[in-house]
Amino acid sequence: MSNFMKYNAMHFDTLREIANIGSGNAIAALGKMLGHKIRMSVPVINLVDFKDIAKFIGGAENIIIGILVGISGEINGIMMFMVKQDSAANLLDILMGSAGRAGGAERDVLNFTEVEHSALTEIGNILCSSYLGSLSSLINKRIIPSVPMLSIDMANAILSVPAIEFGKVADQALFIESVFQAETQNVSGYFLLVPDLPSFNLILSSLGVE
Amino acid sequence: MAGIIIVGMADLNVIKAPGMLTTLGLGSCVGIALYDSVNKVAGLAHCMLPDSTQIQNNSNIAKFVDTALIRLINNMGRSGANKRILKAKVAGGAQMFAFNSTNESMRIGDRNVDATLKMLREFNIPVVGRDTGANYGRTVELFAEDGRFVIKTIGHGTHII
Repeated sequence: MSNFMKYNAMHFDTLREIANIGSGNAIAALGKMLGHKIRMSVPVINLVDFKDIAKFIGGAENIIIGILVGISGEINGIMMFMVKQDSAANLLDILMGSAGRAGGAERDVLNFTEVEHSALTEIGNILCSSYLGSLSSLINKRIIPSVPMLSIDMANAILSVPAIEFGKVADQALFIESVFQAETQNVSGYFLLVPDLPSFNLILSSLGVE
Repeated sequence: MAGIIIVGMADLNVIKAPGMLTTLGLGSCVGIALYDSVNKVAGLAHCMLPDSTQIQNNSNIAKFVDTALIRLINNMGRSGANKRILKAKVAGGAQMFAFNSTNESMRIGDRNVDATLKMLREFNIPVVGRDTGANYGRTVELFAEDGRFVIKTIGHGTHII
């Protein structure tokens, strides 16, 4: 297969199932870390045009937090976890306790402290690593995540990184969107798994889908 | 009518005064602004990758610096611009995630800017303003009236080049 556009319904079902298992595991890990019950919706898979890439996360200039992990080993590519500002603040409140946070109720993501940046990076790291860990055992291929990196900026600017990866092989981007919700605090997040094209095909063929 | 056209990712467009072209949240992509200040015609491209010849799937002209620039110059000529007096301003090409690596794909921002400057040199179009690199996104606005290029950022101010 040379192009994402050639994927059919069965490929999408397989990818959705991978996303379901991957994000399910990731969110279980997060729930354990936060001591909260977390509900997850069925992942949505979309092929989107580059110009519409930020629509699902509040628009091109909406400020979001992205944590990026590079993937190497038998599967190559990148993985990203994204949250909107309010969800990031809620995640930090759950993790650190709102009283313990510098600035208390201060919600402006641009005023987050170094410690808060580290905490968010680590949350993204745990989520991406658990997701990739379950993918690795599912397809029985070695996957090595890199050190996680954090960026807080306009959605389009952050999404340009995975979009460019897609751009090398397609004119659209394949988004696997998993939204989850903590029980008391509203937290939703988005996963974006971008294997390169050979890795995409390897993932599918490992699961017997050609 | 003072029109505003939004140029998306992997997209390009041309406008005449008093219109304005904008592209939102340039990250590692590069924004190439051209204008003819006499005939007051402006063109803006939002490119994702430096070189169409390195990529198999290269039918999308505006996605690549090399093909987008040629198309942009021609479209501007068709809109009444004099190709010989075009000036360029360049923005974007950030490295959004501070990977300290030699990984080629992580340096895509730099490569986009390098390819842009090289192409502009080949076309003898002077680069009169530039705000590239670093690690943050940029929203840009190009005014056909005077070639004013406004760059807006999150936490790094707004400036005009």
